[in-house]
Amino acid sequence: MKSLSRAMLTIIDSPTHVTLQCHGVWTMPNLAAVAEHLELFTPKKPLQWDIAQIAELDSAGIALLQLYYRKFENQGVISELIGTNDTHTKLYSLLYKRHHEETSAVKTHSWLYHLGKEGHENIQGIGKFLAFLGESFVLLLYTLRYPSKIRYRSIMAHIYTTGVTALPIIGVSAFLIGVVIAFQSLVQLQKFGADIFIVDTIGISLTRELAPLITAIVVAGRSGSAFTAQIGAMKMTQEIDAMKTMGFDPFIFLVWPRVFALILVMPLLIFFADLIGIFGGMVVAKAQANLSFDEFLYRLKGALAIKHYVIGIAKGPFFAFLIAMASTYRGFQISLNTESIGHYTTVSVVNSIFLVIACDALFSVLLTELKL
Amino acid sequence: MSTQPIIQVQNVVTAFGGTVVHDQINCSIFEHEIYALIGGSGSGKSTLLREMILLQRPLSGTISIFGQNIATLTPTEAQKLRQKWGVLFQSGALFSSLTVGQNIELLYQEYTDLPANLINELVKLKIDIVGLPAHARYLYPSQLSGGMVKRAALARALALDPKLLFLDEPTSGLDPFSARQFDTLIYQLRDLLGLTVVMVTHDLDTIYHIVDRFALLGETKVVAEGSLNEVLAINHPLIKYFFQSTTQTSHQKEIHGIQS
Repeated sequence: MKSLSRAMLTIIDSPTHVTLQCHGVWTMPNLAAVAEHLELFTPKKPLQWDIAQIAELDSAGIALLQLYYRKFENQGVISELIGTNDTHTKLYSLLYKRHHEETSAVKTHSWLYHLGKEGHENIQGIGKFLAFLGESFVLLLYTLRYPSKIRYRSIMAHIYTTGVTALPIIGVSAFLIGVVIAFQSLVQLQKFGADIFIVDTIGISLTRELAPLITAIVVAGRSGSAFTAQIGAMKMTQEIDAMKTMGFDPFIFLVWPRVFALILVMPLLIFFADLIGIFGGMVVAKAQANLSFDEFLYRLKGALAIKHYVIGIAKGPFFAFLIAMASTYRGFQISLNTESIGHYTTVSVVNSIFLVIACDALFSVLLTELKL
Repeated sequence: MSTQPIIQVQNVVTAFGGTVVHDQINCSIFEHEIYALIGGSGSGKSTLLREMILLQRPLSGTISIFGQNIATLTPTEAQKLRQKWGVLFQSGALFSSLTVGQNIELLYQEYTDLPANLINELVKLKIDIVGLPAHARYLYPSQLSGGMVKRAALARALALDPKLLFLDEPTSGLDPFSARQFDTLIYQLRDLLGLTVVMVTHDLDTIYHIVDRFALLGETKVVAEGSLNEVLAINHPLIKYFFQSTTQTSHQKEIHGIQS
């Protein structure tokens, strides 16, 4: 009996042996049932595979036969194959021309191994980052000796993309932060009838802490990730190798223009965020506490010591340096596979934001100790 | 020939913007053939291949594969057709986040209901058939050499036992020895698996050694179609340019001309 729709297996039991009669179409879409059948079958007598009636056989069919033929043989059952024809043997010899040795995947290791490996890699990572910083500073000193080598045009281009085009998003974020802080503080201050102190709260918290932080976070997400992806893509297309062979050092051509541009742009962006943030606070103060713009600004002159403003702005270049260095460093780590672009871009943003916050904390402690 | 062609290209017109790439071209590919599309850069041979494998649509004209007009397929029919062919891209196009083994496994998991041990066996077979060492299965594409990437990509293209194999410049980027090995492999596979092979190639050695028939594309037309001898019998400047060993002497003439 030939069934042309699917692969079939009939088990014929005789006193001396068992015959596995295979028929039907033994091709990929039709094999699932037979495979299940064979998996459940345990031979007890010598086996005879009869494949004469197989209508069509493909590589999956051959593999299935071979897989269980081998399995049953390994169980100590004497097996015999009958009814082979020319096409069968041709296909078989193509597929199994070489001896197949079992290979196993990479060994799995205990958690202790992974912990040690991760730790070691992290420590190495810090070392590599320091080496990256070191190399870039050596090349910086070299370029400073030959100022004509500085990539002014590239710096300008990066100032435009990281600074000018970032103004809208930074403006919106700063405005909203100003609004939020004003709202939340007013609720508390009004309980004491101390509405006027809203000016102090907004003026100091924004200029000293919030505007620099928000700006840095937006820049890290926006420009930091772009730096990583740009350099990564250049690495994948071998542009960086090409630059090196032509004697264009990637530090001079790629890293420092980005770092300088960001260092120049960041204080300006923070200043912009200060203005918009305070304006956001003023709008809320007028709406919720009837404090006119004139009054607000008059009070601000007295309340906001210049040092808060200066400290906020002065953080800018430090944040910029950390963001630009971390993200360009991660860009160079991207390897030749698509997944690594995503991975290192994420890592670069996470690293940048962490470094910014850590640096801010350091400033806080330092400046408090200095009584500033 | 009396048999019905497997792939028939009829009056295909392709244009990008204002530039016409194909102007009413025709060609037919028969079963068990190794068929090549050749031509200079920009002659539209890769474009024609992309149109055959449903990556691009011609402006007008029809392409039929297995007797079906591929422009009027329903999504289900297209999906079925795609499972009947394997494609080897020029750069391999292995999924870089998966190992070689997983690249092949993926197709079995998506399109068959075979048990895991059989899939495992099949992956081993396909890796072996293209001449890769068994441990290559656990390597990522970025860890492979150029020749190995091509072989791995061929293993993936052969995963579902296709009847039709499309190769985009299979020997480009390989050293001459590996290229000939790859040719032999394709030739053997065609015989043993009953494949029909369609390839885009620049490699004259491939054309001399394994290609049965080919189409020479140029000047937006099919300049010639047929076996090597048939094509060489035609008198056309492009054919001369492609095949005649006298090109070397004409080069030298040019150089002499420049010098004098």
